[in-house]
Amino acid sequence: MASFKPTKIPIYPKLGEKVTPDTLYWKNYKAPVQIKEFGAVTSIDFSPLAPHNYAVTASTRIHIYGPFSQEPVKTFTRFKDTAYSGKFRSDGQLLVAGCEDSVVRLFDVSGKVALRVFKGHTKGVHVTDFTSDCYHILTGSDDYTCRLWDIPNSTELTSYKEHTDYIRCGTTSKLNRDIFITGSYDHTLRVFDARVEKSVMTMDHSQPVESVLLYPSEGLLVSSGGRYVKVWDLLKGGQPLVSLKNHHKTVTCLGLSSNGQRLLSASLDRHVKIYNTTNYKVVHNFDYAASILSLALAPDDESIVVGMTNGVLSIKHRKSPEEKQEVAGKQRVRPVYRVFVKGRNYVPKKDDFFVSKPVKSHLAKYDKQLKRFNISKALDTALELWRKNRKPDITVAVMKELDRRGTLKNALAGRDEQNLSQLLNFLIGNVVDPRFTPVLVTATEMILDIYQAVVGQSSVVDRQLVRLQELVEREIDYQQDLLEVLGMLDTLFATSLPRKEVPCPGSSRPNGLAEGGLGAPGPQLQAA
Amino acid sequence: MVAHAEIRVVHRGGSKINFREPVITNDSRFLLCASGESVKVYSSSSEECVHDLQGHTDLVSGIARNPSNHLQVYSCSADGTVRLWDFTDGILIKTFIIGYPIYSIYVSEKHGGVVFVVVPMANDKSSELFQLVAVHLPRSGDQEVEARELSAVLCDVSPSPGAASFGREGEYVAAAKGLQLEVFFFKKQKPYRFFLKPGIKKGSKNAFTCVSCHPKEDCIATGHADGKIRLWRNFNQKKEYTYSTLHWHHGAVNTLQFTPEGTNLLSGGIESVLVQWRYTQENQKDFLPRLGAAITHIAVSPDGSLFCTSHSDNKITIIQSCVKVSAIIQGLVKSEGVRTDLMIDPRSKALVLNGKPGHLQFYSLHRDKQLYNLDIVQQEYINEEGLDQFEVVKAAFDAHGDWLATVEERRQKGSELEINLKLWAYDEQTQSFVLNTTVTAPHEDQITAMCFSPSPETTMLVTISFDGHFKAWLLADHSDTKEGASWSCDFVGGYHLLKPGCCCFSADGSLLAVGFQEVVTVWSPSSWELLTTLSQPPGAIRDLCFGRLSCSKYLLGTSTKNQLCCWNILTCSLEWSTPMDVSLLQADPLSENIAAFCSQSGCSDLFVFKPGEPRPLYSQRALCTGKVQHAIFAPRDQMLESCEEHAQWLNRSQLYFLTQHMDLMTFSTKTEEDRLLASSKRLMVDNSVAVTPFYLLLGKHRLQQQQQQQEALTNPMAERIQLPQGSIAIKELLYTPAHVLPSASFLCSMFVRSLLISSSSAREEKEPVEEEMESEEEDSEGEAELRDARQDLEGSAAWGPGEELGTPALTKAQERELRRVKHFDHSWLSSLLEC
Repeated sequence: MASFKPTKIPIYPKLGEKVTPDTLYWKNYKAPVQIKEFGAVTSIDFSPLAPHNYAVTASTRIHIYGPFSQEPVKTFTRFKDTAYSGKFRSDGQLLVAGCEDSVVRLFDVSGKVALRVFKGHTKGVHVTDFTSDCYHILTGSDDYTCRLWDIPNSTELTSYKEHTDYIRCGTTSKLNRDIFITGSYDHTLRVFDARVEKSVMTMDHSQPVESVLLYPSEGLLVSSGGRYVKVWDLLKGGQPLVSLKNHHKTVTCLGLSSNGQRLLSASLDRHVKIYNTTNYKVVHNFDYAASILSLALAPDDESIVVGMTNGVLSIKHRKSPEEKQEVAGKQRVRPVYRVFVKGRNYVPKKDDFFVSKPVKSHLAKYDKQLKRFNISKALDTALELWRKNRKPDITVAVMKELDRRGTLKNALAGRDEQNLSQLLNFLIGNVVDPRFTPVLVTATEMILDIYQAVVGQSSVVDRQLVRLQELVEREIDYQQDLLEVLGMLDTLFATSLPRKEVPCPGSSRPNGLAEGGLGAPGPQLQAA
Repeated sequence: MVAHAEIRVVHRGGSKINFREPVITNDSRFLLCASGESVKVYSSSSEECVHDLQGHTDLVSGIARNPSNHLQVYSCSADGTVRLWDFTDGILIKTFIIGYPIYSIYVSEKHGGVVFVVVPMANDKSSELFQLVAVHLPRSGDQEVEARELSAVLCDVSPSPGAASFGREGEYVAAAKGLQLEVFFFKKQKPYRFFLKPGIKKGSKNAFTCVSCHPKEDCIATGHADGKIRLWRNFNQKKEYTYSTLHWHHGAVNTLQFTPEGTNLLSGGIESVLVQWRYTQENQKDFLPRLGAAITHIAVSPDGSLFCTSHSDNKITIIQSCVKVSAIIQGLVKSEGVRTDLMIDPRSKALVLNGKPGHLQFYSLHRDKQLYNLDIVQQEYINEEGLDQFEVVKAAFDAHGDWLATVEERRQKGSELEINLKLWAYDEQTQSFVLNTTVTAPHEDQITAMCFSPSPETTMLVTISFDGHFKAWLLADHSDTKEGASWSCDFVGGYHLLKPGCCCFSADGSLLAVGFQEVVTVWSPSSWELLTTLSQPPGAIRDLCFGRLSCSKYLLGTSTKNQLCCWNILTCSLEWSTPMDVSLLQADPLSENIAAFCSQSGCSDLFVFKPGEPRPLYSQRALCTGKVQHAIFAPRDQMLESCEEHAQWLNRSQLYFLTQHMDLMTFSTKTEEDRLLASSKRLMVDNSVAVTPFYLLLGKHRLQQQQQQQEALTNPMAERIQLPQGSIAIKELLYTPAHVLPSASFLCSMFVRSLLISSSSAREEKEPVEEEMESEEEDSEGEAELRDARQDLEGSAAWGPGEELGTPALTKAQERELRRVKHFDHSWLSSLLEC
């Protein structure tokens, strides 16, 4: 005697992203903390020193936040105009920032007043950075020049005027104190050597360059501008390696995850994309509420800080392992656990006689009713389940099972107004879902057949029937449009294929499974 | 035509066991059931077939216990004989020749020496009218007796064995047919007839289907086509009879049976639920649900401790009276059509085909036993008539048996075809297939064929469908995600929107041939390029098959217009073609041979050929009637070494085929039969001697001795090696007068040793051990004369080498002791013998 086989609930393929180690890693962040700044957040920089405070440049201020504080631990307000590019020195003691008023200011992180003020630029300074020997400062300005300054003497060392447009990004080498790279709106990236009068390398990005980034090994350079992210091989004389086009608006900021395995790019299209640096494929994607201007990752990816055009600073902290365990522990300590293990951990003694009890398989309520052939009750139970958790899979599976048994019509019949309106509600909610359409269309037809005699007796049911009709009509129009688009695409694909070899028209379709199947149910319904 | 006397077509297994009601023996140890032309005896506890009672020349139509001897059964057959068997030894005792085809048999304890059989009224098979006759079995010592003493009891009865039953003490017999119940009283010699009105609403649903009489009381239970059971009482008069109605079944009641004490009534029908009604308390019922398939017969053991039910899926379930299933005897399930075709599971070498609804059955050809059922559909089966069920329509194994692909479909009136493609992975731990991927609606129309790529690099499946496309499915390894490997569609192909009919991979998997009506397209699976098209109009391609091994450059195709074509793939041209109505083309996976079944004037012919050779290897006309639609080459366990030229194609694998009547047939060669015969002969010899403890002691030795003596005449060396050490010792022991024997304690150990059978390995080790012993003996002093004596003994009784044969497994200390015992014993004994 075989046991009752429960109704099979089909598992539908999950739409959206697949679960990869990357998605698991990048999803392991807490809900973001949001801090409102005074203006668009143009720059974020993490201190290399242990608590890893970070400087946020927004409007005319630079705020320094602690790793878990929501209030700034320090604020620099001595700017006459919009501040730009607040950067920490590699020892975390000094901070440099440019300003729209062309003055570059150097602050002591513990002090308040500027230690040094560098004047010389004629327009706003958007780029500042320390060289790796800590004694010089690199600046880039809208007056097309980039300059090197000496900190102790606060004098200008050199000035390069090679760019022909605003310089909006730049970085210094962490390995060599004389090398630095700037990117400009004249579409070029230039590599300078302070020991030489001129730039030593020029690369054409062919878009206004918004951000540059050096790999820790400094063999590769990443630049972003326009919708493109480009990777250059410096050791091969600036040869382009890859060009990534994954954003649909200007890419404003770049970042590397601390182990150097993943590249992050933030864009005005409100997305942060994460690339694998071995094959440059997008492995994950973050969405934000507004266009992103700046992005920074704390060392070891402990937090991701993003600044947006609307002045909101969003900070995501990584979940600590204890918290994860806590969540798991909560699930385990349910009160019924003890009931389940009762007697299970008994170790039988040597001469105990073992009597095995047949394992009683647990059946869901609707399965029990199906087993007893209580079909209407089974359908009621399934509908009840849908009302509770809004998941139609089980309800549809029960309907399908009833249809297979040839008793769906009996189960649907004999319902009062309230029951019927519940059923119609369910149909309205799910009949156009392509996963459920084949079953639910049959059910809808049956309902219309059974209850056509009583149409007009209840205003509630009538209203729902009208809604159902509208829904189906809209779906039919939609499917027709889709079919037209499909036809157009087929024509395009056919013309793009080489002429001589068109062995099969079907092969050009991206997915043979989904075509056209959805249009069919509509007309049947109308007829009914 | 060439006649090949050495190759015979033989019936091989898979016969029906649910044709008639099984019979349980008095001691409930055995179960007998009619199976084709033989009666099978099964053990009711171990489910194994114990005996196969062969002798009838036509379908066995009934079995009945001999009421006067509980070790004997009667069987009747359509060949017009009733045979009496001893089922414990499987011996035919007597044959009674009736002369008419018999449809069922009844016995009654009160009617000694009489059996009741149902025979046609007119003496021809086409007759529709049947009568129940009593046959007086003549008492005679002959093996074959003609029983001509027939007396008609009832006219116009139903040929079904369930439609008649003998009542209390055999006083009356009740038979039902149509809407009429007829009760014949033997004392009064008078029949009473009772009629039912045809049901008003549902036409003739009121008809009787089965009858059972209460063994202790005057009560007849009848089952009806509308699911009702009526209990008739007071029927020994025409007017005042009464009946009460029980209703649980919603389909027809197929069978009814009272338990021997009459306390319970068992009924079964299409619902596959065994219902146990309490007699006189009919509202109390016990159920045994989900028995798998419709119940066709119920039998009860004479002591009432066991029930058994036959089911429409060729199964017998043995149920204990506490309504618990204790054993299941499952035969080869033969549904209406073998839709999946025959396959061989590469791992278990079992024959695989669709069995129970929604299942695949794995059937061992060697043991003629079903191994297991694989549930493909995984849905509760609702036993109801007129319900559209999911059916397994296609299945395929990959080359190593790691993957199984199945297609199930359900066609419902007025709605779309539901198709599921399922892929099953073989799980080493559970030794069965585990569902890996389900693809709902893989195609928009019926899938006509599918096959796995035989190439070892890729795991690829190709399905072709009437929607004009073929699809290639690849095992994609998502090692970066949690789900593991699953299947996904890799390529969709078509050819001018023609409907594809068949597909075939070349032996190395580098080419895929798909037949699109009249055109054969050849694709490269690695790049999905259309390489070439071959066409031989008129006639659509029906079957495609690549040659193997040395003939792998050939592609064979059959078309609907009776053409067998062979293309050379290297030149892309037609090599040869011949007009032939080939219904089936089957390639042997282990050789170049290809078998073609042709249908011609209602018969099937077989041709076995190599694509590269002009003459067929083997041909046989008129194999069987009707078209052969399913055949398979099953690889043999060990290669046959047959020297006949015509039988060589059967050396590596055996060809099985299913006839139109779903009989599983095969070809057997002479060498194979000789081997079988030899083994059965040996069994016969063994069986001819009564098995007593004494025989166990001596008989085998004697037999061996005889053989060895014969061998010794031709080869004295063989004698030396194979002589059993025990026989001479025992002989001496037995023939020596008792008063000269030493005490029993001396002889005992020697005697026991002599009975040990030396293994062959021991025999191989014999030489070095012997040498060792020789050297030891030389070392030990004072044994010289003993040794002389021993040699004398060897000379006289020729037992020298045998003595050492049994000893090598012993330790040296034991050996020495044993030797001492022997020397002591037999030095004087030999001298006695010499005297």
